[in-house]
Amino acid sequence: MQKIMVCIKRVVDYNVRVRVKPDASGVMLDGVKMSVNPFDEIALEEALRIKERGANIEVVAVSIGVADAQQQLRTALAMGADRAILVQTDAAVEPLTAAHAFLALAKKETPDLIFLGKQAIDDDANQTGQMLAAIWDRPQATYASKVEISAGKANVTREVDAGLETIEVDLPAVITVDLRLNEPRYVKLPDIMKAKKKPLEVTSLDALGVSAGVHLKVLKTEPPAQRQKGVIVKDVPELVAFLKQKGLI
Amino acid sequence: MHKILIVGEHDGKTLNPATAKCVTCATGIADAQISIALFGEDTSAVASQAAALSGVESVLRVDRPENAHPLAAILAPQLVALAADYTHVFGPSTSFGKDLMPRVAGLLGVAQVSDLMAVEGAYRYRRPIYAGNAIVTVESDPSRKLLATVRVASFQAAATGGNASIESKALNVALPTHTRYLGAKSGSTDRPDLQTASRVVSGGRALGSAENFKLLFSLADKLGAAVGASRAAVDAGYAPNEMQVGQTGKIISPEMYMAIGISGAIQHLTGIKDARTIVAINKDGEAPIFEVADVGLVGDLFQIMPELERLIGT
Repeated sequence: MQKIMVCIKRVVDYNVRVRVKPDASGVMLDGVKMSVNPFDEIALEEALRIKERGANIEVVAVSIGVADAQQQLRTALAMGADRAILVQTDAAVEPLTAAHAFLALAKKETPDLIFLGKQAIDDDANQTGQMLAAIWDRPQATYASKVEISAGKANVTREVDAGLETIEVDLPAVITVDLRLNEPRYVKLPDIMKAKKKPLEVTSLDALGVSAGVHLKVLKTEPPAQRQKGVIVKDVPELVAFLKQKGLI
Repeated sequence: MHKILIVGEHDGKTLNPATAKCVTCATGIADAQISIALFGEDTSAVASQAAALSGVESVLRVDRPENAHPLAAILAPQLVALAADYTHVFGPSTSFGKDLMPRVAGLLGVAQVSDLMAVEGAYRYRRPIYAGNAIVTVESDPSRKLLATVRVASFQAAATGGNASIESKALNVALPTHTRYLGAKSGSTDRPDLQTASRVVSGGRALGSAENFKLLFSLADKLGAAVGASRAAVDAGYAPNEMQVGQTGKIISPEMYMAIGISGAIQHLTGIKDARTIVAINKDGEAPIFEVADVGLVGDLFQIMPELERLIGT
């Protein structure tokens, strides 16, 4: 194991309550706090823990997006990534495009492992890791809650609907991570200072030979249907009466 | 004519109800001709269940030893081979479908609509983004194959009574050997399955311990309900991960959802907002769960749970 690539997405911070624009053209993003996608933070943490256990592993954080996505890559460097690459574009990046850009980087970097979050909390697509594994023609282990690396292999416990499943994949492989894999570290001020000196390369989709195709046109963005607020009952017998009257018990 | 292939989910014995919900979704497309693909070691039992779903024309069985466990890397190239004759390929938005479908989309070089929640046309759909805080309407290019995962909470299961043809497919597809199944651990119980139960009782961090979850289990058993948990309760170790309800856990649509000691974080509400009736029990009358609940009771849940259990069925 020599190199781990971690894919990072700049997203609206998970604490922000997202609102839809009145003209249905999208969600309001002006002045909204942006952060590293929380699942990607877990992905990076896992890469760093593997690096800290082993000898001489390089962790490369990569992202695709606007120039300001350098901020999230700086966060990744402050957490402990060795260097970063931004594929800079102002275009809306669909999962398939992202997968092709990451594939181009994987061909250049030849990592032993690629970590991603299982999904980004903006588009909730849950596609990029699987698509990347497909076009890279390598194994995928999605929804990881435990990762063990041994010679040339990864033993991955996956969170599936029925419980937990364990698979073994040959490296190189793509691993997408779930919530309970680890708890990401806090970044300390000296690390933020140090991160400023770490290399951050900026490239483009063109330079990688990837086109940002639009496969899914977004026609409109609307708020979800709201549920009506119901009644408050005063005690358990009243609750039971309500449920009986509704035919629920 | 739209030819729609649905990937059936099963455990070798029983067809997962998510499949019947995908069928309902597909029947919402005009001029749809629907087939179900089944991958397994021996899919004879599940094939007859799939063939009985109303609206399905054919069931395609792909039986081979490598398909004993649903590994995306193994199934994807086979599904690509089957998909050649179809305009649409749908799978359920379960951990099985979410793992498999994007790998197929990647191999085909086409887009995927994740968590399809409403059909507005053969190539126009609605899906949630930002944990359900916004709903987008998306349109894809009709000249290309479309892949989708179907948000099962948004659709009722298709009725039975159909009589589809069943066909065994021998696919000449080379399979990778880089991915191997080692085993599974399930917290399986005699209780109803959380994803498909008509009644669900869920507990939050306010339960305070795994031990106290037993009160919840006892109440659930009295109701014949499945048991769920909030992410906070799972993170605190009170309940196993497969019980988690919410955006990052299971998205469910039971007839009755009873949230006990759950404050109602947005990511939790996303997982339950298709429930027919939401019942909230919480000591904090200001908890956001009461904003979406059809009926709420404010009070000490450790007094309420046993009393409720006692009064149910009297």
